[in-house]
This record gives sequence, C-alpha cells and structure tokens, in this order.
Amino acid sequence: MAAELHVELVAADRNVWSGEATLVVARTTSGDIGVMPGHQPLLGVLESGPVTIRTSEGGTVVAAVHGGFISFADNKLSLLAEIAELADEIDVQRAERALESAKSEEDAGAERRADVRLRAATGQ
Amino acid sequence: MGAQLRVYKRRIRAVTATKKITKAMEMIAASRIVKAQRKVAASMPYATELTRAVTAVATGSTTKHPLTTEAEAPARAAIVLITSDRGLAGGYSSNAIKAADRLTERLRGEGKEVDTYIVGRKGVAYYGFRERKVAESWTGFTDSPSYADAKNVAAPLIEAIQTETAEGGVDELHIVFTEFVSMMTQNPVDDRMLPLSLEKVQEESSTKGEILPLFDFEPSAEDVLDALLPRYVESRIYNALLQSAASEHAARRRAMKSATDNAGDLVKSLSRLANAARQAEITQEISEIVGGASAMADASAGSDK
Repeated sequence: MAAELHVELVAADRNVWSGEATLVVARTTSGDIGVMPGHQPLLGVLESGPVTIRTSEGGTVVAAVHGGFISFADNKLSLLAEIAELADEIDVQRAERALESAKSEEDAGAERRADVRLRAATGQ
Repeated sequence: MGAQLRVYKRRIRAVTATKKITKAMEMIAASRIVKAQRKVAASMPYATELTRAVTAVATGSTTKHPLTTEAEAPARAAIVLITSDRGLAGGYSSNAIKAADRLTERLRGEGKEVDTYIVGRKGVAYYGFRERKVAESWTGFTDSPSYADAKNVAAPLIEAIQTETAEGGVDELHIVFTEFVSMMTQNPVDDRMLPLSLEKVQEESSTKGEILPLFDFEPSAEDVLDALLPRYVESRIYNALLQSAASEHAARRRAMKSATDNAGDLVKSLSRLANAARQAEITQEISEIVGGASAMADASAGSDK
C-alpha cells in the first residue's frame, strides 16, 4: 500500500472534505506546491486557486479555495480557507454569470474568485 | 354579569393571549439554539486549526511581529462589544454591556484611551442614549451571523491595530461577548485578542503539552504571520458572534419560559378571583331573592289580618 497522508479541507463555517490522500497540490503565494506523505513540516499561505487532492482510492478531488493556509505536520495536512468549495458543488452557470458581472463591473477580486471557481469546476 | 366579574374575565383573556405569544417565542428560540449550537460546532475545526497554526509560527520562529509583542506603553485600546438586535432576552444585552463598562473602566484606569465598536442594535441604543462615542457599529445579523459579517466587523479593527497609535491606531484589541456554557448558563466574558499572549493561545488550543514540529514557512515566517493574524482575528470574532447568537437564543428562551410561567400563574389567580366574584354575585342574588320573598310573605301575612 502506498503511503498516505490525512487531509482536512476546512472552511470557516464547515468541514468541506476530509480523507486519505497520496498527493495534494495547492497554490501558495510563491508558486504551486505538491505535498506527498512524509513531507517536511510546512506552513504556507495559499493564493486563491484550485486545490487538487489525489485520494488513496485513485480518485481526484478538486476544490476552489479562497484566502487560506496549508499546514502539514505528522502526516496530517490541513487546508484552511475562508471559502472552499468542491468542484462538484460549484454551479458552472452561476460562476460564469458571476464572472461576466465581475468583468463588467471591473471588480478584480470578484473576477478572480469567479475565475478560480470556474477553473476548478471545469478542470482546466 | 357584575362589573367586577367582567373586568376579571377581560384580564384573563388578555393574559392568555400574551401567554400564547410568549409560548410561541419560547419555542422558536429553543429551535434556534440548536441551530446556533450546530453552527458553533461547525466553525470549530477552522478555529482550532488556525490557533494551532498561529501557535506554531509564534513558537517555532523567532519572528518579532507587532501583533504578538506588547507595546511598551499602550495608549489606546479598542473594545468590540457584541449585543443583540432585539430585546425580550432577559438580561442578555445589559449583562454584556455591563461587562464592557467594567472593562472600559479598567482600561481607563490603566491610562488607556478606549475606542468602542458595537455589534447589535441594543448596544448601539444604549450608547446612543448616553451620548457616548462609538467608533463603529453594525446591526442586523446577530440572530445568525455569517463569516462575511465577521469579516466586516474585523476589517476596521485590523486596520486600526496596524496603524501607528499616534495616527489614531490602537495597541490592544479586546472583545466582549457572551459565552455559551450550556442551555441554562451564559456568561459575559471579556478577552484580549491582540497582542497575542502565547500562553493563552496554547491553553485554548488542544495542543497543550504537544511539541510542535519545526515548520518550513512558505514564503517566510513573517509573511505567514502577516497573513495568519487577520484571519485569526476574523475567526475569533466569528466564533464570538456565533456563541453570542446561541447565548441570545438561550437567554430569550429562558426569559420567555418564565414569562409563560408567570402568565400561567396570573391566569390561575385571576380565575380564582373571578370565581370568588361570581360566587359572591350568586350569593347576593340569592339573599336578595330570599329577602324579597320573605318581605312579600310578611306583607301579605299582615294584610290578611
């Protein structure tokens, strides 16, 4: 059996996802980072962006994460985010509409959020 | 029907109507406590993880951050007071306000200026009536606060603590809210959020005694702390708002329960009085009839002679 790490994806108001994984890829302020079991203890600041979790069953969980942290110690990885949504929870049409309206209102923050959401949902 | 009896009947009707209303409010509050408690529980993982991370950075690095070191001569402090939007919750709001007053008094005694930030219409009304200065206030979400509300409240506070004291910033950040202990007990508490005292953070988190590993910071310890502390403040405020909401519903449930009980007692004693009045009326009628009949009998007996 391949080594595993325990992942907790936690949003401010709920526990979004937790389970075993073999690889987690997240975007920190200094670039994408991949964490595998046995990684050195790590604490980093996350950018708004998609997080990819390769589960130990071979599946992939993608989530859009806004404003958060990644911390890894003792083979336990926590992803903290103010807002976190799993890809299959995201309503693509709504995200598209949000992107349109953010673009027309030139709201950079909202545009970025909608963009991240869309990318996580469509897997690009 | 006698006048006395009519008055009692009317009062019984009025009290019964009031009792129905308070009973309904009690049940609504009771159902909301459960919801609010669930929200508190749902916010716990984030809060504990965040506290863990803050402890890790603060203990695992030698970084000196303005938000974790105490100012040498703190001159200004900010207080966030969390009250309710609506009344009929017993002493809930006034207890929180009293706690804030005590804290203000104490801080003034230590020679600090105090800026007050208020959440909830009751607190705003209290300060407005006494013409006290309020730095900023928020209303309309104390029933079921969302994380976005906590962010709104936190934003000016974080800004204030990051500005220099000479330019209108503050050195300390305190929060006054009502801690939800159980359905029957809610305590108003005051707490210093910033500057962070590490012993307290460790006490709160479950990491007591556990030795935290040496973390690799990405990009750097300072940057991580910079990003962590505002989130920490937001999360603390969010937790305080949620606990206060749960406490508010619990206090309201209790207040409404005793109001319902009192109304029940009142209806009972009024019914007793009404019964006594009715009985007195009947007794009077009977004695009048008897008296009338004997008078008639006496009169006819007299004429016969």
